[in-house]
Amino acid sequence: MPCDEKKDKLWHALFILLLFLIPNCFESPVTAAEVHGNSFLGQFAPVELHGFFELRVGYRTQEDQHEKDISVMETRLQMELFTFTDWAEFKYKGDVWGDGITEQGEYATREAWFFSRPAGFLDIKIGRQVLTWGTGDVVFLNDLFPKDWQSYFIGRDKEYLKAPSDAAKISFFTELANIDVVYTPKFDPDRYITGEYLSYWNATQERPAGQKERVVADKPDCWFQDDEIAVRVYRNINNYELAFYGYWGFWKRPGGQTASGTAIFPKLNVYGASARGQVGPGIGNIEFAYYQSVDDESGSNPLINNSEMRYLVGYTQDLAKDFNASLQYYVEHLLDYPEYKERLAGGPARDRDRHVITLQLTKLLMNQNLELHLSSYYSPSDRDAYLRPNIHYKCTDKIALETGASIFFGEEPHTFFAQFEKNTNFYAAVRYSF
Amino acid sequence: MMKIGIVAILWGLLGTGFAEELSPVPTADEIARKANHMALYQGADSKGKVTMVIKDKQGRIRKREFTMLRRNDDDRDQDQKYYTFFQVPADVCKMVFMVHKHAALEKDDDRWLYMPGLDLVKRIAARDKRTSFVGSDFLYEDISGRSPDEDNHELIEMTDTYYILKNIPKKPDTVEFEYYIAHIDRKSFVPMKMEFFKRGHRLYRVIESVRLEEIQAQENGQKVTYPTVTESLVRNLANGSETKMIFSDIRYNLGLSNKIFTERYLRRPPRDAMR
Repeated sequence: MPCDEKKDKLWHALFILLLFLIPNCFESPVTAAEVHGNSFLGQFAPVELHGFFELRVGYRTQEDQHEKDISVMETRLQMELFTFTDWAEFKYKGDVWGDGITEQGEYATREAWFFSRPAGFLDIKIGRQVLTWGTGDVVFLNDLFPKDWQSYFIGRDKEYLKAPSDAAKISFFTELANIDVVYTPKFDPDRYITGEYLSYWNATQERPAGQKERVVADKPDCWFQDDEIAVRVYRNINNYELAFYGYWGFWKRPGGQTASGTAIFPKLNVYGASARGQVGPGIGNIEFAYYQSVDDESGSNPLINNSEMRYLVGYTQDLAKDFNASLQYYVEHLLDYPEYKERLAGGPARDRDRHVITLQLTKLLMNQNLELHLSSYYSPSDRDAYLRPNIHYKCTDKIALETGASIFFGEEPHTFFAQFEKNTNFYAAVRYSF
Repeated sequence: MMKIGIVAILWGLLGTGFAEELSPVPTADEIARKANHMALYQGADSKGKVTMVIKDKQGRIRKREFTMLRRNDDDRDQDQKYYTFFQVPADVCKMVFMVHKHAALEKDDDRWLYMPGLDLVKRIAARDKRTSFVGSDFLYEDISGRSPDEDNHELIEMTDTYYILKNIPKKPDTVEFEYYIAHIDRKSFVPMKMEFFKRGHRLYRVIESVRLEEIQAQENGQKVTYPTVTESLVRNLANGSETKMIFSDIRYNLGLSNKIFTERYLRRPPRDAMR
């Protein structure tokens, strides 16, 4: 689909215009400008600078003919700048790193946004931002903001599991309920496994593939045409958090392919709800979502994902002093399963239901400076599993050491976690924060 | 008969003029209740900057800095809300910790943690209030208070300056101490020292109020002063570590809105917390 270039420019122009207009829209009793003199720069609070410098190295524990022996090798600098005026807040956060896998210097803006609270009932945040909602613990149903599973699996800091969105988030606060509306003018997909860092199961070829056979996908990328809208309506009743969600966009990972074999992102709508609150001595959460695969509602197109129901129930509790456990049960239920099975082009059929049990354990020791953590995912239906143990030690307030592993195993090579078996890796890192 | 007569006369005297001049000794429960009010409930709300310096046995130092907002739900010294915005160290910068404290013993507090890097609002299951607060020697319960209803109080001594209370937990299996002794300033009812003992009268933990300041504020249009502990020290005699907690920029009765203690402000802190 050819994009309208003009729309691209329009978006930029709008953004810049907004930056200059908004300060004039609001009145504030005593402006910083009055205090610091009336210069443009005078209205900004002193810029706060933070960040870290990090070395991270990881190796595969076995040979993978499709990938390098190193799973991660990077020297990274993250810089964060923050300032505010009477009418808004501004933040920039960016990473530069030397990447041993791509053998290149890399740069990524993680955040670049401005935020304003123009009225008692309204919050606005526009720009590149990390967005999260929903009740799952590293399981996402109604949160369709981009994830970076690649970073998670190669052992980068957990922060990188969430990829940023280029979006406008408008939040309304009323007595009845609060409403978040997130508009992403150009589709932001997940950073899914492409073969660049991790080898994967190539379903078409029915064999593992990696760096030399990367997933080639046709990503919807027209500004204001291939857009996404995510809505959350939520309310807190006696500290039980209830929420309803809606999403209108695309499958976040390739959810289909063209007849010629190019991966595509078919249209997807999601509707769901969640609740979270105190249950007995811990916190319970429950969430469900209906994934409506708009381009294949009858389930008759074998090249496009079927619709699904997704369910999650979880419970987290302190088992002892500084020792927390969180257990979740998650199901992906394929709708129109007979149609799926009947028209399956080749390769093994998936089960109708994919069950996953997750268990997260966290133990703090040595005045909470040492953290032992285990994230585990086990699918009894796929008969595969993923373990992510991690040890994090804060030597001082500035220096932290970390080591961990990503361990994949399974019985069949094509299931979700088992396909990454050859990517099983361990890693270590040292970070200096400032 | 004679004795009863004397007692009756004395009682009569105490009941009239004498009582005002000598002021009767408050009961242990009253002292505990007033001390609880002074430590946690002064004003309708408050804000302060907190610096914690944690020093371990080897003398290694770690620092925590955060701004804390507190609001009372009512004036009955019961439920409260706390909002903590972290600034130091860098790895927790801009993290927010929020508590809806429930005074009722059978009801657990509600706690949330906001992690800005992930934009994640986490609900924290935390039944045990006697765990370390941010890795310091202070416990959660030292910060948000231990309800006087949790202990039986006994006035064991009265010096010129202090009421000395012995506090014995009603549910000994929920805490790590057998009892604690509190020194409470007779004038202000501010707790000045608390000594925690394990079985066998073994002292293992001491909290001291090092500096007490009179903080000016407005209350219903009137000028008032709130005696406030601006520096306290906790020493863990068992492992040799200690934490100094310094309060600064303390303000009372700012008129903090109840809305601050909700998800909206958890995700984007109010200016009151950032400045």
